[in-house]
Amino acid sequence: MATTTQGGLSVKSKSRSNNRDRLAGPVGMFVLYAVLIGTALITSFPFYYTLVTSTHRTAAILTLPPPLWFGNDLLTNYNDLLHALPFWNSLFNSFAISSISTVLTLFFCSLAGYGFAKFRFPGRDGLFAFLLATLMVPGVIGLIPSFIVMRNLGWIDTWNPLIIPGIANAFGIFWMRQYIDAAVPADMMDAARIDGAHEFRIYWNIIVPVIIPALAALAILTFMGKWNDFQFPLLILKEETKYTLPVALSTLRSLRGTEIGVQILGAAGAIIPILTLFILASRQFMAGLTAGAVK
Amino acid sequence: MATTTLTTGQRKAQDRRTAVKEAKRGAWAYAFISPFYLLYAVFGLFPLLYGLWLSFHKWDGISPMKWVGAANYVKLFSDDIFWYAIYNTIWLFFGATVPQLIIALLLAFIINSNFIRGKDFFRAAFFAPNVASAVAVGLIFGALFGERYGMLNYALSAVGIKGVDWLGSAAWLKPSIAMVTVWQWTGYSMIIFLAGLQSINLELYEAAKVDGAETRDIFWSITMPLLRPVIVFQVILSIIGAMQNFDIPVILAGGTQSSAPGGTDRAGLTTVMLIYWTAFKYTNFGYAAAMAFVLFILIIAFSYLYNRSQGRNPTE
Repeated sequence: MATTTQGGLSVKSKSRSNNRDRLAGPVGMFVLYAVLIGTALITSFPFYYTLVTSTHRTAAILTLPPPLWFGNDLLTNYNDLLHALPFWNSLFNSFAISSISTVLTLFFCSLAGYGFAKFRFPGRDGLFAFLLATLMVPGVIGLIPSFIVMRNLGWIDTWNPLIIPGIANAFGIFWMRQYIDAAVPADMMDAARIDGAHEFRIYWNIIVPVIIPALAALAILTFMGKWNDFQFPLLILKEETKYTLPVALSTLRSLRGTEIGVQILGAAGAIIPILTLFILASRQFMAGLTAGAVK
Repeated sequence: MATTTLTTGQRKAQDRRTAVKEAKRGAWAYAFISPFYLLYAVFGLFPLLYGLWLSFHKWDGISPMKWVGAANYVKLFSDDIFWYAIYNTIWLFFGATVPQLIIALLLAFIINSNFIRGKDFFRAAFFAPNVASAVAVGLIFGALFGERYGMLNYALSAVGIKGVDWLGSAAWLKPSIAMVTVWQWTGYSMIIFLAGLQSINLELYEAAKVDGAETRDIFWSITMPLLRPVIVFQVILSIIGAMQNFDIPVILAGGTQSSAPGGTDRAGLTTVMLIYWTAFKYTNFGYAAAMAFVLFILIIAFSYLYNRSQGRNPTE
């Protein structure tokens, strides 16, 4: 294929089309950037407000104008937060549950995605259609019976219900199948097969290294989902020492008279780790998301 | 491979060998995909059927279940609170999810145009609210929306608008929940739309331009039709998600310890909140299961109606 000439041509015509785009007039550009910057301010202001407010006591927060710059009460708020809830313990629980879930999800979903993308076997299309259909079933009808299933398994107040049901999930498998189907050439696997490698070995040595971008995006999605998961943990976790951060934080809100700064500091504690992860991995994450949607 | 030079017998033998190989490989494939089906059978399908069974019983979760036939469903149809919760949920779909999808689509178009700089920054800034836990977001906006000293009312007063009691009054509770939902979810939908836009083959645009098509024509006859499956997909997932709205309303309108959820006059009570409370606070499992099934049927109906309205669209 004459990819080089094609590539060269499209680059040229792209730069030409830049000049021809009609929205690119000065007024149009001003409006578009105003919209983008305005939206970015709206999306980021609450984060800034969180950082500022976590350094003030209620008495300072409830003034006009509300404080827009940092105060000196971060340590006081921090000490109060540790009194109100076992913050570090909850943070550890959230971190452990999210990490274990993510590792297992990546393994089982990419394995199944490989199975669907690169094998031909009886019933494949039907099984895959069934898998896709389960994506459309709203979780709410499973909420009550799931709780009862977990109770009968003796899993209330354990991590199992928060990890095990999701490790081979339909979304992750669909995601990995799309990517493996598009990104892994068949001759790569054939070469390995001729060398006598069995299928799991091919998955581990050949498939996994090629699908890192899709794994990275799925890892971030899974970790974020588990880190922020609220409804089911709220139902399953009974003892305070088992709480994940969102569950622990939800008790803050209902404790009357909790300092506002303390509540906001707790919120900051839940947001900062995941936001840092997102910012560090943002480029790979976006690239992986777009790659997954190619098909 | 030079299969043409083989005799029929040789070819048959080879076919058999490939068939055996395929079957062996198939066994691997079944092993690879089986975890999903095993887990779904236990934690997906069984609860679904069990929930249906439960909805025909009266049960407090401890004592023996009592068969009551369709009584739960009959009671449901005249239960004002349930229908009010459904109304709130649908209100939030139109007040939060629909605007959120429209804004997301517009932002995706802007970011996708090739003369905008700083795409990486804007993409990340718009998506950032989605990484925050709904509980944390609820706490933060709870403070931002304060009636007397909240930042929002202060900003409004600065431009001469009198603030309102965002979270305390029945009239403003749903708009408040809607604003937070739009804030948190617009970036997510935008990324999905953007991924769809970027998967459109650039050569199509080039060809249209060579043929002298206007930007507007290109938008309506290339971009929109090709983006349409992505939009339909995202809208259906949003319907499913919005009908199960829980996290943000529960934090903004009635904490988890409160006995009557939904805030002032239950204005912020969503259907899943009501189901949650009915089952786990009022321990009326059968009735809550019936509510969940009615909601399930409504979700299927709305998704189906939307999908059909799209299929019949004359512009396609």
